[in-house]
Amino acid sequence: MIFTACPGGCHCASQHNEIDQVHCSTSQQQIARVSSRRTQFNASAWLRCLKNRCGWCCILGLMERPELMRRDPLGRRTLFVIAVGAACSGAMRPARADPAVIRVGYLRWLEMRQTISLLDKPAPDNGLAGARLAMSDNATTGRFMNQAFELVDMPVHADDTPAAAFGSLADSGVKLALSDLPAEWLLKLADQGRSEQIVLLNVAAPDDALRQEDCRNNVIHVVPSRAMLADGLAQYLVWKKWSRWVLVYGSHPDDVLLAAAYRRAAKRFGARIVQEREFKDTGGARQTDSGIVQTQQQMPVFTQGLPEYDVLVTADENDVFAGYLPFRTWDARPVAGSAGLRPVSWDPTSEAWGGTQLQDRFVRMAHRRMTPLDMQAWTACRMIGEAASRAASADPAKIMQVMENADFGVAAYKGQKLSLRNWDWQLRQPILLADGRAVVSISPQPGFLHQVTELDTLGFDRPETRCKLR
Amino acid sequence: MKWAAFGLWLAVAPVTALAYTAYVTNERDNTISVVDLDQMKTVKTLPVGQRPRGITMTKDGSQILVCASDDDTIQIIDAATLRIVGDLPSGPDPETFALHVSGNPLYVSNEDDNMITVIDIPTRKVLAQVPTGVEPEGMAVSPDGQTIVNTSETTNMAHFLDYRTRKLAAAVLVDARPRVAVFKHDGSEVWVSSELGGTVSVIDPVKHVVTHKIAFQVQGLRAEAIQPVGIRFTADDSTAFVALGPANRIAVIDTDTYKVKKLLLVGQRVWQMAFTPDQKYLLTTNGLSNDISVIDVANLDVVKSIQVGRLPWGVVVSPK
Repeated sequence: MIFTACPGGCHCASQHNEIDQVHCSTSQQQIARVSSRRTQFNASAWLRCLKNRCGWCCILGLMERPELMRRDPLGRRTLFVIAVGAACSGAMRPARADPAVIRVGYLRWLEMRQTISLLDKPAPDNGLAGARLAMSDNATTGRFMNQAFELVDMPVHADDTPAAAFGSLADSGVKLALSDLPAEWLLKLADQGRSEQIVLLNVAAPDDALRQEDCRNNVIHVVPSRAMLADGLAQYLVWKKWSRWVLVYGSHPDDVLLAAAYRRAAKRFGARIVQEREFKDTGGARQTDSGIVQTQQQMPVFTQGLPEYDVLVTADENDVFAGYLPFRTWDARPVAGSAGLRPVSWDPTSEAWGGTQLQDRFVRMAHRRMTPLDMQAWTACRMIGEAASRAASADPAKIMQVMENADFGVAAYKGQKLSLRNWDWQLRQPILLADGRAVVSISPQPGFLHQVTELDTLGFDRPETRCKLR
Repeated sequence: MKWAAFGLWLAVAPVTALAYTAYVTNERDNTISVVDLDQMKTVKTLPVGQRPRGITMTKDGSQILVCASDDDTIQIIDAATLRIVGDLPSGPDPETFALHVSGNPLYVSNEDDNMITVIDIPTRKVLAQVPTGVEPEGMAVSPDGQTIVNTSETTNMAHFLDYRTRKLAAAVLVDARPRVAVFKHDGSEVWVSSELGGTVSVIDPVKHVVTHKIAFQVQGLRAEAIQPVGIRFTADDSTAFVALGPANRIAVIDTDTYKVKKLLLVGQRVWQMAFTPDQKYLLTTNGLSNDISVIDVANLDVVKSIQVGRLPWGVVVSPK
């Protein structure tokens, strides 16, 4: 299915049926041009135009790509294109040439993991919805720049091979793609994509190695690294004078890496880890009918006999145990890290610096709250849109040139503009500390100073980097 | 309640009749502080709609208009009785607005809706809605009344709207998160502040190009803390004042050279400003210190801080 959105108050995608209505003045020819490149019209596909306040509006029906449909949890909403151009602004200005189209891919990992809380269960369009919103925001700006934006959804299943995933990326001709794939997949795709000048924007893999020894010149990291998240939390705990930590980490490789980030953060900011414990994942289901009885017994015992400490820091990226720790520790101590007070790039409750507007726009579009992954995808797409308008070009090479310039910055409702570290292409950003109900604090904390920007107190700074961009 | 308000008016009126009165919206308190500028103190606090932000007065000074953003309305307050006498159909989430130089219509930015709403004040009817960039914010009307400028915070543009056709004529790219647009009184330039870009862009309103970009430096402060928002010109256009947000300072700029000639330390997170009609004083709203600073314009000196409600946002001074 193809979806075409028009910005500036004339978009009203219907969520109530399978057909997304699109109200814009994009001409039929333009749609046909865009769509014929992507997919063929199904015989049952239909196209009709209505008149609305922004001119001709088009409803574009079903177009199917069966080979992708099979595993796409979004059903027929397989191919998702936001294309908007000068035609949409026809009501406002004389007709101009066809807009320059900026196409952005979204490599979307379909594996869902279990969560402890039902509230954390990711929506099928987790991440993708953030990208959609940003592309619609970009399109509004694009109207004034004669630029159009297309988002191309590329679902990837764990049963696929990286080579197959790369194949569909290369076939699409897309040169700029968001990726929410795991680190090893991201690396393989980045290396294969280099010869084709493909740039990947990492929106999900927090691995520090990707910013250190495994860094790549064609990978931009929008998601904060584990080190940044751990540093953000550590600064607050130290500011709070909760400097004696017990570190509990899971048995998955990710948890071990996150634990290492917390050890590094403790050392950097003067906290002390008084004891570490590993929580082994023995498999099985999460808390179900009678599980509550077990966790109530299990968690106090697990945290028994610890030395004096202020806060229990947890490293559990797979949601195996940390969620069970608050209110169940042997001693009455707060929990932070993977449960309790969590360092995140975004929280559905963040309202500061105009965040309310973004939250409202997101809920209106997606009918759910905005997650950190949505925000990372939103930011990545906005970086592309912002660079495209500064470059006044749809050429991916020129867009990247602007994005990698030291002056480049993107506004993302964090109170200051976010820019790229040119030693590892990590996006500098504040880290929110949220308890699931509200934002408790935002790091960097006052008093943690830096000679260039306080944001560089989070994560690997220039003098510490082991990255050699190539 | 009505009689109580009337009684208070009777009590206050003799004092305020000769003095200038400032009205400050307190975003967090859902109130307006009424500040007597003879006594230099808050004399009354008026409950209004939710999240009051933009505030202005009608040309004759008889009514105060307030954006009650979270109530999706603009409230009309009678300046004499300080009673809410009606509202305007602002569209969703009105943040700021600008009156046409003739006193009508009113141009409103709907922050949540990517729209400019044009409202006829006498009939309280919407004349038009014009789609603009993402998160419209600042609004300005040119002195000749022919051009309306709107800034969009996420699109990062100043949009030029034609008064007669109500169509967008041009869009000028500026630095990140443009907040406020203000024309010089002679109409020769429009200045746009970029809160996250940390700059003020000077735009030629005829050619629609940025002719100068003003940057700011404050000793001991990082560039991130310098976030320009409010802009005001003296009546002769020789001097501009720019509020620098969390830098807690007002930059005083020579408009001939575009150089900052002085920085005035005011309260915390300073956003909006308003002159007294005689141009003797400039008032600034300081969001985080819950006060307004009073600047002596001739001496470029901060002479007083006046406590108002929580998170003061906008300010207007009665022309009487």
